Amino acid sequence: MKGTVTKDAITSTQLNELIDIVKKIHGFDFSDYTEASFKRRLARIMMLKKLEFYDLKHVLVNNHSFFQEFLEEITVNVTEMFRDPPFYKALKNQVVPYLSTYQHVKIWCAGCSSGEEVYSLAILLNEENLGKKSFIYGTDINTEVLNEARKGIYSLRKIKSYAENYQFAGLPGSLTDHFTIMYDAAAIHSELKQNTLFSVHNLISDTGFNEFQMISCRNVFIYFETELQYKILDLFYKSLCPLGYLCLGNKETIRSEAFRKKFKVINQKENIYQKIGA
Amino acid sequence: MALNDHIRQQWAQSKILLLGGSAGSFKLLFRLVKILPKNLGKSVIIVIHRKKNFFSEIEKLFSENSRMLLTAISDKEPIRENTIYIAPANYHTLVENEGFFSLDVSEPVWYSKPSIDVTFESVAEVYKQHVTAVLFSGANQDGAEGLLKLRREGALTIAQDPQDAEMVEMPQSAIDINAAEYVLRTTEIFELLESNA
Repeated sequence: MKGTVTKDAITSTQLNELIDIVKKIHGFDFSDYTEASFKRRLARIMMLKKLEFYDLKHVLVNNHSFFQEFLEEITVNVTEMFRDPPFYKALKNQVVPYLSTYQHVKIWCAGCSSGEEVYSLAILLNEENLGKKSFIYGTDINTEVLNEARKGIYSLRKIKSYAENYQFAGLPGSLTDHFTIMYDAAAIHSELKQNTLFSVHNLISDTGFNEFQMISCRNVFIYFETELQYKILDLFYKSLCPLGYLCLGNKETIRSEAFRKKFKVINQKENIYQKIGA
Repeated sequence: MALNDHIRQQWAQSKILLLGGSAGSFKLLFRLVKILPKNLGKSVIIVIHRKKNFFSEIEKLFSENSRMLLTAISDKEPIRENTIYIAPANYHTLVENEGFFSLDVSEPVWYSKPSIDVTFESVAEVYKQHVTAVLFSGANQDGAEGLLKLRREGALTIAQDPQDAEMVEMPQSAIDINAAEYVLRTTEIFELLESNA
């Protein structure tokens, strides 16, 4: 319940040393992650696995299966269904009417974690009668959370905690209408699941894989340095069809002139953009 | 206890004023924001426990009543002088070495997001002794550990005197673990923070 440890903080030198090891041995580059939250994640891993910094380095070098566990914990996998309800309202009012003009709607949810946002989008599109012609791709670097996402089964306790978001988003009925309840678990209806696909994708090192009408990447950029954000924005730009939509987390302000030339603001508060230019 | 030269000196040398509180501290912080001079020469960071989906207008209310500039924190927002920043709901607020904020959606701490501990610990690491931090009324112990870390880094750490706090647990927890260098009455805290005018 207490998320932090008050042992000696990890120094920047130690941090760089560890990032170097991970890059050389495992091929994952964390050098452009923001330092403060990355250090907190490392402190959390050290606490969970009862490791001192030296031991953590040691197992990362010598124990290859440990890296998967490390990867699961180093990235933040906290997510909600219908997180920021006004965002879903804005989507419904300002984006869905345009999406409905397409024959097929392809959506990329980048950094999808355990799938809550993918299924929130699926529910919204289904309510707006776009369910049959839309397809949502959920990607993450973490294979374990993707397995959870594919199952689409969440604890009833979690679903109940998302119910308030659902109400605030102004959708009809209740969130549980979209799930089959089995004792203390809730499984997303198969008709919502069939238009989704979850796969591993690394935003830092992988290229685009399709053309989309909308890309949603919310609360992922907060963990990246500005330069890396620009690099990924370029990938998103190339992966969007002309006039396609880009959704970022509502605190993820992009302070770049070049960005403003490539994207038009659709909703300032909810950080929804539309691709313009070439 | 009366304000002494040491307190005044450390306050004068601070670059950051950190204010933390929960239940029973909102009105107090509102009044405090009002008296802070326009050219305080410091950055003010406020962490109040707040609920997601409770579309409160804290930023608007504070901004209308403050002589200082008030900015809602967004990702990678630079930390400027003479500006008040308020930690947003449903994120933890961290600070980076290069002098800007970063946000984090990880697990709540003490059931809270924003958590006072998280921001205080992060500020302690970056700004060390150049901080004045005050922990006000609240109904849980969030903030105490963060205040202790600040104290260890040489910051000026203050707990609101529990006899003035609507909810004593928050300042009392800090006092119990010896995190507060000073325990001040509300009037003394106001007198101190107003004194840079």
